[in-house]
Amino acid sequence: MANSSVRMGVDIGGTFTDVVLEIDGKQTSTKVLTTYAAPENAIIDGIAQVCAKAGIQPGEVGQIIHGTTLATNALIERRGAKTALITTKGFRDVIEMRTESRFEQYDLNLNLPEPLLPRYRRYTVEERIDARGNVLITLDREEVEAVADQLAEAGYVSVAVGLIHSYANDSHEKMVREVLQQKLPNAMISISSEVSPQMREYERFNTVVANAYIKPLMKSYLGRLEGRLRDEGITCNIFLMHSGGGIISIESAAEFPVRLVESGPAGGAVFAAHIAARYNLDKVLSFDMGGTTAKICLIKNQTPKTSRVFEVARTYRFKKGSGMPISIPVIDMVEIGAGGGSLAHVDSLRQIRVGPESAGSEPGPACYGRGGENPAVTDADLILGRLDPDNFAGGTMQLSTDNSSRALEIGLGEILDMDAQTAAFGLAEVVDENMANAARVHAVENGEDLSEYTMIAFGGAAPLHAGRLCEKLGVDRLLVPPGAGVGSAIGFLRAPFSFEANRSVYMKLSDFNPAKITSLLKDLQSESTGFVRNCDAKAEILCDFKVYMRYTGQGWEIPITLSQVQALNPDADTFLRLFEEDYTKLFGRPVAGMDVEITVWAVNATTPPIPVKAIIQEAGEAGLAEIESTRQLFDPALGEETSAHVVLRENMQSGSSVSGPAVITEDETTIVIPSSRRAICQTDGCIDIFAGN
Amino acid sequence: MAQIHTQVALQVMWNRLISVVEEQAQALVRTAFSTSVREAGDLSAGVYDVAGQMLAQAVTGTPGHVNAMADAVGHFIRRIGRQNIFEGDIYLTNDPWEGTGHLHDITMVTPSFHKGVLVGFFACTAHIVDIGGRGFGADGASVYEEGLYIPIMKFAERGDVDQTLVRIVRGNVREPDQLIGDMYALATCNEIGHRRLIDMMQEFNLEDLAEIAEFILDNSRRATLERIAALPRTSADGEMTVDGFSQPITLKVKLTIEADSITSDFTGSSGVDKKGINCPLVYAKAYACYALKCAIAPEIPNNAASLAPFLIEAPENTIVNALHPAPVALRHIVGHFVPDVVYNALDKIIPALVPAEGAGCLCNFQLSLRPRTDQQAPQGTVRSEVLAFNSGGSGARPEHDGLNATAFPSGVMTMPIEATEHAGPIIIWRKELRPDSGGEGKQRGGLGQYMEVGSVKGHEFDFQAMFDRVNHPARGRQGGGNGAPTTIVRDDGEAMRGKGKQFVPHGRKVILAFPGGAGYGDVKARNESRVKRDLAHGYISADMAKSTYGLSDKAIAEVAAAVQKGEAE
Repeated sequence: MANSSVRMGVDIGGTFTDVVLEIDGKQTSTKVLTTYAAPENAIIDGIAQVCAKAGIQPGEVGQIIHGTTLATNALIERRGAKTALITTKGFRDVIEMRTESRFEQYDLNLNLPEPLLPRYRRYTVEERIDARGNVLITLDREEVEAVADQLAEAGYVSVAVGLIHSYANDSHEKMVREVLQQKLPNAMISISSEVSPQMREYERFNTVVANAYIKPLMKSYLGRLEGRLRDEGITCNIFLMHSGGGIISIESAAEFPVRLVESGPAGGAVFAAHIAARYNLDKVLSFDMGGTTAKICLIKNQTPKTSRVFEVARTYRFKKGSGMPISIPVIDMVEIGAGGGSLAHVDSLRQIRVGPESAGSEPGPACYGRGGENPAVTDADLILGRLDPDNFAGGTMQLSTDNSSRALEIGLGEILDMDAQTAAFGLAEVVDENMANAARVHAVENGEDLSEYTMIAFGGAAPLHAGRLCEKLGVDRLLVPPGAGVGSAIGFLRAPFSFEANRSVYMKLSDFNPAKITSLLKDLQSESTGFVRNCDAKAEILCDFKVYMRYTGQGWEIPITLSQVQALNPDADTFLRLFEEDYTKLFGRPVAGMDVEITVWAVNATTPPIPVKAIIQEAGEAGLAEIESTRQLFDPALGEETSAHVVLRENMQSGSSVSGPAVITEDETTIVIPSSRRAICQTDGCIDIFAGN
Repeated sequence: MAQIHTQVALQVMWNRLISVVEEQAQALVRTAFSTSVREAGDLSAGVYDVAGQMLAQAVTGTPGHVNAMADAVGHFIRRIGRQNIFEGDIYLTNDPWEGTGHLHDITMVTPSFHKGVLVGFFACTAHIVDIGGRGFGADGASVYEEGLYIPIMKFAERGDVDQTLVRIVRGNVREPDQLIGDMYALATCNEIGHRRLIDMMQEFNLEDLAEIAEFILDNSRRATLERIAALPRTSADGEMTVDGFSQPITLKVKLTIEADSITSDFTGSSGVDKKGINCPLVYAKAYACYALKCAIAPEIPNNAASLAPFLIEAPENTIVNALHPAPVALRHIVGHFVPDVVYNALDKIIPALVPAEGAGCLCNFQLSLRPRTDQQAPQGTVRSEVLAFNSGGSGARPEHDGLNATAFPSGVMTMPIEATEHAGPIIIWRKELRPDSGGEGKQRGGLGQYMEVGSVKGHEFDFQAMFDRVNHPARGRQGGGNGAPTTIVRDDGEAMRGKGKQFVPHGRKVILAFPGGAGYGDVKARNESRVKRDLAHGYISADMAKSTYGLSDKAIAEVAAAVQKGEAE
């Protein structure tokens, strides 16, 4: 019998599928290799493992929350369905012309990424709507029918519809859909005014095309998964994590699969937000570092920062602009090519460069002994004493210090006249500095001062680097929660049901129309609430209201959060005051004499946050942790080797403490405590690392 | 060990400085009112040592500002005078010759003090909306008509903003609130850079920037000189003629590679034009240097040492060295053609490196919209200025086709047409690729684009055209064909010119076709599968596939059948 206190989080990642089972707050987890051809196989396998460990029958699972990188991968690998776009005559090439610029200015041989759909799969119809939503050219139904006949004959299985200014008037897109439904009854149809009703045609069209492109694949996968779970006797509801940090029904996910892009990292941010709530921290920087990338997210007031648009499938050294924009509500993260497998080389300026090229899992870093010859971040970590060659991954894998030394000497040392240790120091400093710079720029963009922040670190490589990162960023406190290796899957279990609906409607404060605003926000409220109601027929639903504002003439909007009262009884003075407060915080001073305009309106409906057991009283020091041994650990801030205590994480009880330099080891990772820090184990098992020793 | 540790620390500091100036630039992008800054990245930000040598520059920004701003800080130090530089000061100018080439760019410089001692400078430049005068366009006969001139002076002294200056500026421009807003945005952007620099100096316990400056400049100089030393020591000539304003302009360059420098000598180029498309030397230098750096040392960051070996010479009063008071508002047109002519010469020295000619200058236009005057205008009609950035095709590369509708050498972006239509009563009826416009060759030139532009009902407008390559299309390289030329005409067939302000009555549209890039190499060498692909994508027509590329009727029919099924390669 399904038991509502038995919940399961399942995260399909690039290498591993993580499964976490939680029964009355107690977790059991496993990692199995992702099975690309049929991802549901790894899930079934993982479920069997955790159920066996926990001693329950799969049928007892009361709820499954699933997040997956499959949607992202389908976009990166271009494995989508045969898809057509129908667009406004005169604008056939919007998704191909992009921003008409080069994302790397100094590369004469630069090539731009191919659009998701080639030109011959992009069809046009004569119609036109203006910026205010007025029809300039009426769409002729017969013309649409003729195009639909062409599509039917060509055998398209999915169709995207993106017409100019459709966010302001969706009637033409709806007519196209109606005709397509008649003429191509088996094709899946996505229209831009539903998938992403936001102004800016390149982003909107690309988003609806991406949705259409992955829809058949995701729908089929989700259907198969549901079937397999039923076969295993699992009858509970299955929900999907979305990129905005909430969960939606499997039906909504199949309809808007583009909202699943980056759901894994979103789970990680929710995980960090939950820890923040436990410790009542209002300013948190989450730091997730795995094998190929590092992700950094700002979490204010226990809520991850969100954004309206992001870029997937970057093709050129993770460079901004080299991927494709997707405009959906998303947790705002910076992702850079820095992970344990990132490779280093010396450039023509005799400087060490690290990433974004990665050794991956095959051949892996040189120390894996699988043929990797170039030095990777993990090789530097080994040489600096952050990793123990004999106890990597719980001792299941022997690392070769000789291989790492050789790779560092040949790849860096011989060119720069450095020994292996100095080369490792240089490599580690460069990758840490890269991540610190990404965090700094992200903070500046959001008007935040990181010295007031606490870092929460998870992911296999993060605890090795987080201490140094805190030193560089002037962050005084660092928390490394238990279960850091499967943080995203745990995050799924902490996410509320939620859905954000948004729409572009321009309004100047000098032309403020309260009646129009109230009606617009009510529409958005009922749309977003509907999605949440689908997941839970009875739960209380809360709504967050957000408007994006700027001075008329600017191109960059800032999000302003409104209370329910401010949103439903709108007045221009309040809007202006809220905008000027936030603008001043970001940029120092308001601009006198300029009109202000609102460009996008958003309502996020969500079930109340899952209650958090706050740490009422943080652990005081209750004695020193048992020291297992000592080993040499290079401290980059001091620029020298130190003798570090080695402590097993399992021996860290509530209140046990250890001073840096030290390493706290567990099967999945190692926590490095620099000389400048001290660590204490909290009541919930978090390792709390703070400045001062 | 100690010295080597310093090397690691110095590298970290260099990375940090590059990140600091990037933060500086991002702050500007978010707060600027000027469309060209916020949507198109027409800006620059950098950090300098006490001698005015640039140490790092933001990646965000457009090449035209690079070298220009690199030289500017030296002028500021000289004009303000060391003894008059105080903590809390902010300086500015829009001098085309000591700033970045025209009055529409404001450069702001802020001295950076640490523990009461001057340690360096931050500078940033942005293209602003309006500076008074005739407005942005080529119509001025001298710089005096192009707007308000602000010599190098203090915007703020010891933290106090000069209110007299602010009042003069306000009284002379069309959008005073926006301009003052932009000036504060520039000041804020320097302030952000300054704060980050001081954080870094505290972290690394630095008293000054001498050591890090030496490290950056030595490494950059050495790397750049290594690249130059590897080139053949020889010289070659390049030449190109473009439309110009009142008469065609010929750009000539003699490129000379020496052991430790490359000189671009523009002797023999046309004299100054009567209208505002002339280019101050500093801006021509920026693009000559950009072109050479792209080709020879692309990954070396911009700073005083990496830019120093690229020298430029041009006789006074040539179009690339226009002197005061020549009109220079649209100096970008000539500036954007400088790389093509430099590459014309460089190709003779190093074959198979540089691209064929492309569209060159951006295909920009500005509409001055107003209620119709031929009869009673309906209610709700307004006056508005709308500027649009667009690109033609870039030239084919030795190993790759040219890029379709993509800016080169400029680094700017286009605006979404939906955003443009919110900015004023303009309707863009068409914006899509222009088939058959890329020059043929083993590698095909990038396609230009079609645009059709009109106004919302009830409006008429002046159309300020800033196009070139109407009579001088991009020329192919190594046997490649020319790109298609620019065309401009009214929808009722009335002829229009490529440059200058032209009236468009109510109800009429402007029909534009922007130029394609030229081809590279012999068309006969083009792989048939790529010809078929171009045909399937509609980059070339069936006619062109047959007549120019020699594709058989049978192959053409096969491609058409595949496209019908949505299944082409």
